[in-house]
Amino acid sequence: MDLGMVIRIALRALARNKMRSTLTMLGIVIGVSAVIAMVAVGQGAENQVQEQIKSFGTNTVFVSSGSPSRRRGGVRHGFGSVKTLKIADMEAIEREVPLITQCAPGANSSGQVIFRNQNWFTRLMGTTENYFIVRNWPLLAGSLFGDEAVRSAQNVAVLGTTVADILFPDEDPIGQTIRIKEQPFQVIGVLAPKGQTSWGNDQDDRIFMPYTTLQKKISGQDWVNFLSCTAVSREASLAAQTQIEAVLRERHRIGPGAEDDFQVRTQFEFAELAEQTSQVMTMLLGSIASISLLVGGIGIMNIMLVSVTERTREIGVRMAVGATEMDIRRQFLVEAVTLALLGGTLGIMLGAGASGLISGFLGWPVLISTRAVVVAVLFSATIGIFFGYYPAHKAARLDPIEALRYE
Amino acid sequence: MQNGPVIQLEEVHKVYHMGEVEIPALQGVSLSVQPGEMIAIMGASGSGKSTLMNLLGCLDHPTAGRYLLEGRDVASLSSVERAHIRNRKIGFVFQQFNLLARTSALENVELPTLYAALPAEERHQRAQAVLRLVGLEERAHHQPSQLSGGQQQRVAIARALINNPSILLADEPTGNLDSRTSVEIMNLLERLNHERKLLVVLVTHEPNIAAYARRILFMRDGLILHDYPVRDRHQALEAVHQIMTEAAEVEVAEARE
Repeated sequence: MDLGMVIRIALRALARNKMRSTLTMLGIVIGVSAVIAMVAVGQGAENQVQEQIKSFGTNTVFVSSGSPSRRRGGVRHGFGSVKTLKIADMEAIEREVPLITQCAPGANSSGQVIFRNQNWFTRLMGTTENYFIVRNWPLLAGSLFGDEAVRSAQNVAVLGTTVADILFPDEDPIGQTIRIKEQPFQVIGVLAPKGQTSWGNDQDDRIFMPYTTLQKKISGQDWVNFLSCTAVSREASLAAQTQIEAVLRERHRIGPGAEDDFQVRTQFEFAELAEQTSQVMTMLLGSIASISLLVGGIGIMNIMLVSVTERTREIGVRMAVGATEMDIRRQFLVEAVTLALLGGTLGIMLGAGASGLISGFLGWPVLISTRAVVVAVLFSATIGIFFGYYPAHKAARLDPIEALRYE
Repeated sequence: MQNGPVIQLEEVHKVYHMGEVEIPALQGVSLSVQPGEMIAIMGASGSGKSTLMNLLGCLDHPTAGRYLLEGRDVASLSSVERAHIRNRKIGFVFQQFNLLARTSALENVELPTLYAALPAEERHQRAQAVLRLVGLEERAHHQPSQLSGGQQQRVAIARALINNPSILLADEPTGNLDSRTSVEIMNLLERLNHERKLLVVLVTHEPNIAAYARRILFMRDGLILHDYPVRDRHQALEAVHQIMTEAAEVEVAEARE
């Protein structure tokens, strides 16, 4: 008997008992949809992390003040609490490390910003034009501050979109004068939106100004919190890291064995770590969901076994009118695989729907990967064959005489 | 159809094994059946008549002896070949009807043609034709639960006929029917036997049903004890009564010993 006929017989048998077929499928439907939705969440996160990393620039080498590790028996100096990183260090790096093409300083502060009756507390950052190149951060409108503005510590400000939207809900900010810590600043540019960092900071809630202006007029500091440097290539960033460490240790007179008062990290490390983290998360979510798929498969076997017992007489009749053992085995196997595949298909649709809801209600990024879909379909077919084989075998091995006599 | 006997049993033995114990069910049965006969097999339960039916229906194979079906030895066939013979050569009618539930009469009748891998068109035509033959063409789309017992048995007979078998095996075909419906079913089987020269073998313990046959076999202890050809229903009834009286006398005699 050809396979088309077997499939027809199996489909008829399934259609005869719609309730049982539906219940049998349910396990697979839930399992597959869980896999699809969970992997979609994981992949969405992974994707977002990668976007984030790209937005930082892939060859960035990041120098921050403060020691990288806890000192035994001493006080740990965290990010920005050590005041030894200077603009002169940046110039030395640019001069002495040929693998670095350019650097941008970052000096952090915060303060109240006022425009007419609007006011907002935000973060302030002093830097140079280079920062926006290093960060790969374009302007939405206006212009950036040039070297001249830095040299003469002009009161000019470039706004992140969040700040711009709050202070200027329905006006063009360019050319307006705002007050930052009681001093007038002219708004010369608005940056394109950058979104949140992977740890939830709104990068657009920020005002940029020349570092000289921030140091002299806002915070009164002569140090910077970090340097963002660009290496000639992604691969060169690791070598550049070592060279920068050497330059800074010499400049800060840190003897052999003594601990650094700064920390140099590459985007390379960040990228690898973040990728690994999100991959682990995807795998974890996926494997938890796979367990429910396995449970669904066992459910199919369970019901198929009950079904074989319940349909003993039917099997006997089929054998009496000419079904061979192979016909019966194939019929039950096809029934199981059909249930698994049908369940898989419904599961994919349900999973896609659930992913849509997750991204809609929770605002999580989700990404339904074709790989997950293909794997889910193959997996459910395999489950159908694997867990359908034993009941099918049991059905095929029935003695027709006994089966016909079965009450 | 070819000449010579349709069924030829030669010294057929069947032994069942229940663990260590051997139970002889048939102890050397020989039988020759010509085309177009209508045979009733009678006997007490345990006399071997069910075993004989299962062997005739190729549901089982004999432990020893030869079974020639249309001249072909089917005693030593594999289970796949036996399934093939059941599909093409044998039609079964059961006491319990054994129709598939929630399945229309038409689809029930079609079932054997599915395993014969016939094209859809032919399956359909044949199913319609046999349903007409048993007078149920208007009930083709009814499910078994919507049919009376007699109608269900007629669907089962249509199913048995669809692949044009050489033998129709009916195991207590009227056992679950009232007497009026029983007569209808037996008239149908008699008509099929007459008009189509279909070989009908039926197992029954009711004299009135056995009386439709033109040859009465009486089995006891795995052997055919009597084999009476009869001319008509009247003679058949006489033969059955004679057999049953003898059987009763034997039992009484055995009880005395």
